[in-house]
Amino acid sequence: MRRFWKSGDPFIWLSGGALAFSLVMVAGLVILVLVNGLGSFWPSPIVRLTLAGGKELMGQVAQREKIPQPGAPPGTPERYRIQVRVGNRDLYGADFVWVEEANIVRRDFPAEAVLIERQEWGNLYGFIKEVRDGDRVVARGPVDGWKGLQATLPGAMSTSREIRRVEKKDIGAINYAQEQIRLRMKKLGMRDREGSPEVAQLQQELETLAAKYRVQEARLAELRQSSRQSLVVSAAGDKVKELSLAQIVRAYQPNAMGLWAKSGLYLSKLWEFVAGEPRESNTEGGVFPAIFGTVMMVMIMSLVVAPLGVLAAFYLREYAKQGAFVSAVRIAVNNLAGVPSIVFGVFGVGFFIYLVGGSIDRLFYPEVLPTPTYGTGGILWASLTLALLTVPVVIVATEEGLAAIPGGMREASLALGATKFETTWRVVLPAVMPSILTGLILAMARAAGEVAPLMITGVVKLAPSLPIDGFWPFLHLERKFMHLGFHIYDVGFQSPNVDAARPMVYTTALLLLLVVLVLNLTAILLRNMLRRKYASSTF
Amino acid sequence: MATRAEMAVEELRGEVSVRASGEGQRGYNRGVPGDTGVQGQAGEARTRMEPMIEIRKLNLKYGEKLALEDISLDILKHKVTAFIGPSGCGKSTLLRCLNRLNDLVDGVTITGTIRIGGTDINDPNLEITELRKRVGMVFQKSNPFPKTIYDNVAYGPRIQGLPPRLAMDEIVERSLKGAALWGEVRDRLQESALSLSGGQQQRLCIARAIAVEPEILLMDEPCSALDPIATAKIEELMAQLKKQYTIVIVTHNMQQAARVSDYTAFLYLGALIEYNLTKQIFVNPSKKQTEDYITGRFG
Ligand SMILES: Nc1ncnc2c1ncn2[C@@H]1O[C@H](COP(=O)(O)OP(=O)(O)OP(=O)(O)O)[C@@H](O)[C@H]1O
Ligand SMILES: [Mg+2]
Repeated sequence: MRRFWKSGDPFIWLSGGALAFSLVMVAGLVILVLVNGLGSFWPSPIVRLTLAGGKELMGQVAQREKIPQPGAPPGTPERYRIQVRVGNRDLYGADFVWVEEANIVRRDFPAEAVLIERQEWGNLYGFIKEVRDGDRVVARGPVDGWKGLQATLPGAMSTSREIRRVEKKDIGAINYAQEQIRLRMKKLGMRDREGSPEVAQLQQELETLAAKYRVQEARLAELRQSSRQSLVVSAAGDKVKELSLAQIVRAYQPNAMGLWAKSGLYLSKLWEFVAGEPRESNTEGGVFPAIFGTVMMVMIMSLVVAPLGVLAAFYLREYAKQGAFVSAVRIAVNNLAGVPSIVFGVFGVGFFIYLVGGSIDRLFYPEVLPTPTYGTGGILWASLTLALLTVPVVIVATEEGLAAIPGGMREASLALGATKFETTWRVVLPAVMPSILTGLILAMARAAGEVAPLMITGVVKLAPSLPIDGFWPFLHLERKFMHLGFHIYDVGFQSPNVDAARPMVYTTALLLLLVVLVLNLTAILLRNMLRRKYASSTF
Repeated sequence: MATRAEMAVEELRGEVSVRASGEGQRGYNRGVPGDTGVQGQAGEARTRMEPMIEIRKLNLKYGEKLALEDISLDILKHKVTAFIGPSGCGKSTLLRCLNRLNDLVDGVTITGTIRIGGTDINDPNLEITELRKRVGMVFQKSNPFPKTIYDNVAYGPRIQGLPPRLAMDEIVERSLKGAALWGEVRDRLQESALSLSGGQQQRLCIARAIAVEPEILLMDEPCSALDPIATAKIEELMAQLKKQYTIVIVTHNMQQAARVSDYTAFLYLGALIEYNLTKQIFVNPSKKQTEDYITGRFG
């Protein structure tokens, strides 16, 4: 036994086992997220169920589970139930129903069943009855109706896209400009210059804008007029629904689709998810604003935390006189990494938002008050809070890198007549760069996954606009933003329609993992490039 | 060790009998400081052999620990001076006083004066970077920067103000040639310096030091990590370099001291025991301790 222990084999088994255990756990998590997340875009068939009472249901099977039968004698046959996504929330009230399998008399998969994804009210399942243009019927019946829909839908969709573009872009720009002018007038008014020629000029501009606005509105009305086509759908349970084609996001017949068509649809849905805007209180559509917000926040955070952490570490290691005080500071910094993130969030609210932001508002944006500009949560404050949260990581990594640089390197530089600063700048900094990047990688990974402090410093469920847009000054750091981590929480736990949102939770989690991975890979590649440049074991 | 040192001495005896006498006639012996300093030297020797570095009553303490005790010696221009002595006797410390690298160590106190070319280097008004440009150093452990070979050599000149690119190319080439490294690296100047072998790295460090054209070159055991061939190259180099530079070298290798140096100082426990012409020290040391050390009876 002693020999066995001494041979070192148990230790190898133990360490290998620990590694394997961790890997299995992580792989399990990733696989769970992958399967649930990526599977949700696959168009599963539409099933029509006829129940024992003659009632009909139509929809997609979401899950199947065993019905618990507590206290049943052993040998009782097991019973199962399935959850069907019947959609048509406007008609039935709920998206999902549970059906006991024993009650099902008949299952079939009608080829003409259509699934219509809508701007509002979620999916619609049914058969096409009529396609109309105003009061005129263009096509009738499931087969002709589908053809008619195919013919008219692209036109209708491009019109509705145009409407949205005008609403958001053109009219949005006019509104924005009007708001800016009003604020400038208010500012002039606050300085008692109401009668000045400037005010008259602004008035003039305001009128020009109003004229432009009327033009756009007329155009909008015209567009709306032209999109009068609608679709009449009969749904299970003898319901009939008429909806405007402008409402349709996508319509397809999953039971009639081949593998290729399904794959194409899958990709288009995946793309919509990554690049689209959210719909239906985030349970449908895409998460692009959240991706954008996450990446941008991490970037701003890195821009702040890298110089801050590196400078602090340089002072601690290169300039400060090593002693009890510096050791105490070092311990404090290390412990800062263990403070719960919500505490940083509270600090961010108190210091950045109320104190700094409030002062900025009073000094630079008095005309908007009492509406806060910087005195409320925003991407800048959230990033700064996270920078504070992650700065210990960068400090520790940089300090360790500095400690690992051989003292001879510094002496060599000094002996050549370099000053301490030149030595630090030209020799020490390049040599410690890989360590700095390691710290930054860890900091970014931590920041991208952090949610709690963001919830009180600027993340919102739905941000009306991105922090970067076409309006001067293009970068709007005071704006609220969306974030993947918060999105997961919001969709998964705050959503009115939890069942419909569940796939979103997985896909968003998957996306967050991907974003963190991409950010990290970039930094790792950069670091390896630096290392290769000076290929050696010195680092 | 013992046998090697003895061999070195044997080697020298034959040689010295021929040459030492001739030099003695020309008064070199008198110009060389004896074991305690140069007080009361002949004026004639002073003019012929102007001292580059004058050290007077130098004491150095690391905290409470006395590392150098009352050292006085003159180091002559365009000569190679070797510091020998057992490990821990203060050779490196003394060397590092000459470019004030000991300033970096916490808790050192230095008393006494060191003059280089007549200026007191411990003068608080002296620009320490100016001093270090005049006094180059090569360290015991080669310590190239993690940069390209080119950038390593160009580092010093760049620090002193960036000459135009062409001039820099020339400086790099001249320095690398001066360090007998040009032929080996001419095609790979843009590669990392850390890809060189240990001996090449050491010669690169020499090239880096001479790129700023110092007057004095301090070498702290420059060959301790090198094989005999690289060592031979560096020794050859020193013979070349002493035409332009004043060289001070620390070495544990008695044969090396005998081969390359003109003057030798023997230190023991922080004190300067004997300082004389190398030949004199190796052939006819005046102190028992010196003789014991170079013949390998202790150390
Ligand atoms: N930074 C330091 N702090 C405190 N004591 C030091 C320091 N550097 C050297 N010493 C001490 O000063 C004495 C002389 O050291 P030094 O490095 O000059 O020896 P050396 O003759 O170069 O030895 P070696 O041949 O082993 O290199 C030693 O006793 C050493 O312990
Ligand atoms: Mg030494």
